[in-house]
Amino acid sequence: MYFISVNVLLKAAGDAPILKKKKYTLERNKRIAYISTFLSKLIKLESGESIFLYVNQSFAPALDSEVGSVFDCFGSDGKLVLHYCKSQAWG
Amino acid sequence: MMGDDRAILREIWEGRIPVCFTLSKDEVETEKPEPVFIMVARQTYFPLVTERVSKYLAGYVDKEKCGEMWLDYDGQPLKWHYPVGVLYDLYGNMGTGLPWKLTVHFQNFPEDELLRCTNRDVVESHFMSVVKEADWLKHRGNVINGMQKRDHKNMWMGLVNDKFDQFWPINKKLMETSEEEGFKHIPFRIYQVDLPVIQKLFRPVAEDGQQHCLEDLLKFALPDLDNDKWKVLLQGMEVPLSTPVHWLSEHLSYPDNFLHICVVVPNSGDVSVRW
Repeated sequence: MYFISVNVLLKAAGDAPILKKKKYTLERNKRIAYISTFLSKLIKLESGESIFLYVNQSFAPALDSEVGSVFDCFGSDGKLVLHYCKSQAWG
Repeated sequence: MMGDDRAILREIWEGRIPVCFTLSKDEVETEKPEPVFIMVARQTYFPLVTERVSKYLAGYVDKEKCGEMWLDYDGQPLKWHYPVGVLYDLYGNMGTGLPWKLTVHFQNFPEDELLRCTNRDVVESHFMSVVKEADWLKHRGNVINGMQKRDHKNMWMGLVNDKFDQFWPINKKLMETSEEEGFKHIPFRIYQVDLPVIQKLFRPVAEDGQQHCLEDLLKFALPDLDNDKWKVLLQGMEVPLSTPVHWLSEHLSYPDNFLHICVVVPNSGDVSVRW
């Protein structure tokens, strides 16, 4: 169960642009904030816009939680699915 | 099970910490303001109780340099998104006694350590998110998703206004289980100074049908923990390690429905113990 990295699948929701590459392998100790930062760059978020990440299309994991522990609790089939959108879709 | 222990829920809810807020001396523009004293509920979040403190102390800071307020204790920036009681158990409990002396800042926001909190809505959405996460762990999200929007709002307002009788009737639904089933997993987080928060999937009942107790949870989450050296605090208390975790989850969880467990060194004055 304790691999050094985890697989993360990023799915667009609402009006967020769809990524060409959706699957990422991240080190367990990376924070959720790290994902929002690189995602903001990937989808070329403009200043004033925000990105929201959701687990189970339901709740936002805290930005300072580690990807590894979110995966341990909410991953399935060897990956953690996160939905992202530009407005608070579930909330 | 719940009815008999209602008195405990109320005791927990009424836990208070006397806090003294002092403006950072490096940020005083000319005249030094008086410190502010407040009895702060353990269950709340700092941004919900510091609005007036912020307004008062900001008046003594250079307007040009006055940014978002943040707090530190003894040099440690405090995360607003942890309940006040968790911050106190983690950092303040071993310190120099009460009132808990916090320093207020409006400059040099520690971006790497703290999340921004621009207004109350940010606290509300954080809170509701954690409640939902807890319900996913306990009931696969079925209870929280079955509630009305106004139930969520009432729960939140109960916390904001410190109204036990507004909060608990709704929270009770999130704590309910059918007789034989219980919670699927126990929502818990373990905090240690300078270490990442630990959160894992943990069932309240062992495979042989025995109730898991706090000791089982600690052994599972922190296999190397030496109980003689460390102190385990739940809502400011050292709870008997033989207490069933399901009972703890129902009674000693914070309003966000998580058990926040602090593991601290008894005499943190001697930092070398930690290293």
